[in-house]
Amino acid sequence: MIWVDTIVQGVLLGGLYALFAAGLSLVFGIMRLVNLAHGDFIVMAAYLILLLVTLLGLSPFVAAALAAPIMYLTGWLLQKHLLNRTLGTDILPPLLVTFGLSIALQNALLEGFSADSQRLPTGAISTASLDLGVINVGVLPLMTFGSAIVVIVGLNQLFYRTELGRAFRATSDDPTTASLMGIRPGDIFAKATAIAMLVVTLAALYLGMRSNFDPSIGPARLIYAFQAVIIGGLGSLWGTLAGGVIIGLAQTIGAAINPEWQILAGHVAFLVVLLVRPRGLFPRAVD
Amino acid sequence: MAGMTRSSPYEVTTRTRASRITAVAAVALLALLVVLPLFAGRGLIQDMFFILTMLVLAQFWNLLAGYGGLVSIGQQAFVGMGAYAMFGGVILAGMDPIPAILLGGIAALIVAIPTAFFAFRLQGPYFAIGTWVIAEVMRLVMAQAKALGGGTGTSLPRTATREMWATEWIAGALDVRNSAARDILTYWLALALAAATIAAIYALLRSKRGLALSAVRDNPEAAKSVGVDAGRMKWFVFLTSAFGTGLAGALIYVQKARISPDAAFSVTDWTAYVLFIVIIGGIGTIEGPIIGVIVFFLLQSLLADYGSWYLFTLGIIGIVVMLVAPRGIWGLITERTGIQLFPVRRRLSGGSLKED
Repeated sequence: MIWVDTIVQGVLLGGLYALFAAGLSLVFGIMRLVNLAHGDFIVMAAYLILLLVTLLGLSPFVAAALAAPIMYLTGWLLQKHLLNRTLGTDILPPLLVTFGLSIALQNALLEGFSADSQRLPTGAISTASLDLGVINVGVLPLMTFGSAIVVIVGLNQLFYRTELGRAFRATSDDPTTASLMGIRPGDIFAKATAIAMLVVTLAALYLGMRSNFDPSIGPARLIYAFQAVIIGGLGSLWGTLAGGVIIGLAQTIGAAINPEWQILAGHVAFLVVLLVRPRGLFPRAVD
Repeated sequence: MAGMTRSSPYEVTTRTRASRITAVAAVALLALLVVLPLFAGRGLIQDMFFILTMLVLAQFWNLLAGYGGLVSIGQQAFVGMGAYAMFGGVILAGMDPIPAILLGGIAALIVAIPTAFFAFRLQGPYFAIGTWVIAEVMRLVMAQAKALGGGTGTSLPRTATREMWATEWIAGALDVRNSAARDILTYWLALALAAATIAAIYALLRSKRGLALSAVRDNPEAAKSVGVDAGRMKWFVFLTSAFGTGLAGALIYVQKARISPDAAFSVTDWTAYVLFIVIIGGIGTIEGPIIGVIVFFLLQSLLADYGSWYLFTLGIIGIVVMLVAPRGIWGLITERTGIQLFPVRRRLSGGSLKED
């Protein structure tokens, strides 16, 4: 029975990693930009939620709802005024600017909130669980996984059913032609990053409720997100969920064998997939 | 020149007047730096060691990213493996630390082969994060190496550092204490490594292979069409830079004499600082990292007391430089003056062409 439990925990942990990865996947799909500060933005959003919780005495869910528009605006301004200036054929500027951003953000958070571990207050929900006969499943991990599915369905609907989604796809395929049709690629990119920041806020909410966080953990979240995207195959959001589940499973099984192997097992799973399926499990994009 | 008809009145040259002056100045500077320990204090020697080893790391990252187009953020993998191999040689095999430095370079070269095999499957930005993941894997694996201290790390045995090659001789000849002699020895090795690195990279860039390298960076398709094997160039640059980075890593940890996985595989110390040095000085030039490391050292001396604000400032400066002057300080200087201290551009002169 302990193995069934481990596997269920691993799958549900994958939901959290898929939430980390969905924003990264969205932004890369539309503008071929990898934001190396993605993990640090998740941590920043977690601190923003914590700040709203402590200052206004709100529940984390309400605080996250308030943090979302702030993060949306942050993403929009960031893309419009900073990252759009780095886009082009040369891959160096976006990489180095977002790497600089990652270092600056980590240290600004360190200065503002100290290196102490923090956690969002959750009340009864963090210990609540459902009895499924053979195993008990935590409500919070289930909610995380459910949210990941809702986010992926939502993003797919946005992509394929709305005018904005059509503009996203058109700009992704060919920014020059899209701009002839009255689309401003710069504005489309800004909206995409802003939407990615909404997903980041949701990811931050669950990160903060499920585990401790401090200013230094951003890069590791970026790495998990990146692994989920690559395992799933570029351009496929359902693939990203599968990738997250594989990383989550590998980490949980690794930890069950030896607690020191948790993170290493996730990395090894990633390398194995890279070895046997270099383009990921469900590749969609050509690049 | 090879490949040219003997009777041709034309001549292909890369030398400029500035480069001839540089050559003379470089020899004079090198001579001055060699004799520096005779009159400099221990603090200055330690600062110079830091500057020279960071310069070596920066030159190799620049070779990789600035010339090879391979933007790695996992160079800490090779610093760490070089350092751990040196520790392994000393602690497990009873080697002297100095020859064990070479072992560090070789170990980095060996782990670079599977690293490249995996990382080359990823393109552009994903290559960058891929190298980082592999560096993390090495950090986690070395944390399991109980014989080398596991997660908490270990120190070089006191006997090994005290009886290190040549330290006794230096202590006697310069009339200094054993610990100061060790600093002087590692400083001289760092100086030799930095000089050899710059000379080797300069020679590479002036060779046919260097031309092929720039061609691949500027336009891989066009380079392929004239017969350059782009894949082989990538391997060559990646392995060369891993070897050099491993040597530097081992040397740095001979001087530190204490290692831990978190320090030896630190992305901030061995990649973020190095990126900053290359970006601010000027990527894609040999002069850039030299200027960058001086600016970096000055900033560190000025701001190190401010803790995390210092790193925050470095991050912001890096962003601003990338946006405003993507060719760095040296790029601004050459734009204004046209000076090139290490020219690699081939110019045709002689015959009916007038040299300007």
